Amino acid sequence: MNQAMSANANVDTARQWLKRQSRWSPFEIVFWLALLLPFFLFPTYLPLASQIAIAALFALSVDLILGYAGIITLGHAMFFGLGAYAAALLAKAGWSEPLTGLLFAGVFAGLIGFITSFMIVRVQHLALLMITLGLGVLTLELANAMSWLTGGTDGLRVPRTWPIFNYFRFDLWGYTSYGYTLAVLFICFLLSRLLVNSSFGLALRGIRENVKRMPAIGSDHHRHLQKIYTISAAMAGLAGALLAQTTSTVALDVLSFTRSADVIVMLVLGGTGRLYGAIVGAIIFLVARDQLAGINPQYWYFWIGLLLMVVVLFMPKGILGFLSRLAGRRDND
Amino acid sequence: MKTKKIIALLGASLAWTTAGYAQETVKIGVILPYSGPFADAANQLQAGIDLYIAKHGDTVAGKKIELIKKDTGGPAADVAQRMAQELVVRDGADIIAGFALTPEALGAAPVAEEAQKLMVVMNAATSMVTEQSEYIVRTSVTIPQVNYALGKWAFEDGGVTQAYTLVSDYGPGHDAEKSFSAGFTEAGGKILGSDRTPVANPDFSAFVQRVKDANPEAVYIFVPGGAQPAAIGKALVDRGLAPPATKILAQGELTHPEALASMGETARGIITTFHYTLERDDPLNKEYVEGYTAANNGREPDLFSIGGYDGMHLIYEALKKTNGDTSGDALIAAAKGMSWQSPRGPMSIDPETRDVVQTVYIREVQEVDGKLQNVIIHEIPDVKDPLH
Repeated sequence: MNQAMSANANVDTARQWLKRQSRWSPFEIVFWLALLLPFFLFPTYLPLASQIAIAALFALSVDLILGYAGIITLGHAMFFGLGAYAAALLAKAGWSEPLTGLLFAGVFAGLIGFITSFMIVRVQHLALLMITLGLGVLTLELANAMSWLTGGTDGLRVPRTWPIFNYFRFDLWGYTSYGYTLAVLFICFLLSRLLVNSSFGLALRGIRENVKRMPAIGSDHHRHLQKIYTISAAMAGLAGALLAQTTSTVALDVLSFTRSADVIVMLVLGGTGRLYGAIVGAIIFLVARDQLAGINPQYWYFWIGLLLMVVVLFMPKGILGFLSRLAGRRDND
Repeated sequence: MKTKKIIALLGASLAWTTAGYAQETVKIGVILPYSGPFADAANQLQAGIDLYIAKHGDTVAGKKIELIKKDTGGPAADVAQRMAQELVVRDGADIIAGFALTPEALGAAPVAEEAQKLMVVMNAATSMVTEQSEYIVRTSVTIPQVNYALGKWAFEDGGVTQAYTLVSDYGPGHDAEKSFSAGFTEAGGKILGSDRTPVANPDFSAFVQRVKDANPEAVYIFVPGGAQPAAIGKALVDRGLAPPATKILAQGELTHPEALASMGETARGIITTFHYTLERDDPLNKEYVEGYTAANNGREPDLFSIGGYDGMHLIYEALKKTNGDTSGDALIAAAKGMSWQSPRGPMSIDPETRDVVQTVYIREVQEVDGKLQNVIIHEIPDVKDPLH
């Protein structure tokens, strides 16, 4: 009797905890409103802003598996690239409608993600790093070898994307591009937020903290990991498709190791295991890159390296982790 | 009512002054991979641009030339496109130029098209680049242009009736293989076999053995620069595949001066095709090489430098023709059909395809004054890209 009651109480607190987590704080609302500012304050920076939104979406997808489920990956550009090529090839085949193209790319990347997830869930740590790296490199080489389809090293020119809802034309200034990418980012963010603040999200964190213990309490961790990996792959595919649609070009570099590595840098900068970490990291990385490369086009990566070292040494939980500690707030996880 | 009028007047005068200011300068946005694995190519190209400006002054048709450099970090089409967009909408660039790599040019092409700006491709060597927009003009070379000519020459004048091709397994390698084979077989030659080597860190010995087994009169090779020319040269010599018994044919990068230094004796007798030859005996070229080495701590110009140099020439001459009018339509009209004497030799812009038309040189590595260098053995004038 007593035991049953305390178990019930536990369930209640977990539920309350999840509820508390999913409440919107004023900070968040201000943050999202601030993302609208480029439209009014920096209209000449909109192309950069939409690339930041795309990078943030990609970083968000990696954060779901790396930050929440503990799957370290060095090959996630694979799904980004698959999504980009899927959208591009669909457009080349004569269908340039953005929303269906986006959906197609997401489903395709998700499908490949699901297939590879069987391999991913069997390994951990270093082996996981090597498998994801290997899959990424293999995909890149495959795309290079299939140059009749992918355009190889030269890349692919994609027909211009049709206007969204047959109304919003993709303009030179990037108003439509930014609006479009920001909207997709926001929707994916809402979904991720629901996901990580659900019991499924809790199970993922459990796996991250201790893989062996989860089966012991009756949680099917393989199934959970497969699910989140597939979702993450689909989301990375969406990001890739956005890039292909807004720039009308795809080159092999969408699949490159550098892209997989850069996204990890963004996450480390922003803070892993926090959804906002992905977005803040992408903003800092790309804005820093843009400004530093403007000052010195040759050696800008030096400063990124320095920034990364400072963050890792003094803010091990990323810039967001540091800020929330400063504010005296409890960590989100 | 009155205030409205004043505001309108203010606005008009402001617009007038900015227009007046814009007339004083011509802004050229240069998009290149200044950082990353292709930084060296970008620097050589930039040095070509700088040399032209240093020689001819920074004022054309009464306007000052201003360069705005943008880094792509490598073959990233999306970054190149954003750079082009920013150049046009933020920096107010009148002309966009540079483009060491094909993906960069492909990325920027839609922006040139939409913004109606002249786009000068100073290197990217895939045929299709100039087909992407009516505003694109190229001052470098295309891979089919030189290799098709080499294939044709090999059968007609080189005395080769059958050959084997061995190229790196990536876009430029595929293009080179296709165009050499086309030129060679259309002239009457026969390709005995074709192999492709991995782009990164290949071991050539197995491939070279296969070539040897086929026993061709000549082998055509295409590998990226860096360490590979020396490696493949050594592999060929080790298997006894060397001139004069077996002719070795290639595109010019294989025996450019720095590669020659690392290849040593194995380079002797290699026949290459190119649009620019450092040692070409010509007063214009001599002056160019001297100026270049003096400005760059003794570093010699290469194919990137000449692309940048001639690209600037095209921009200067087009601006002179339009009297400083920087609209894309006026500039591209001025560029079409333009012809001039470059350090590389005579060249022109095809009025139809806006692509470069130039002399293709067939060179052989020979010893001159105790030093191995490329010696021109044949010249093919006015070669167009065969794929357009």
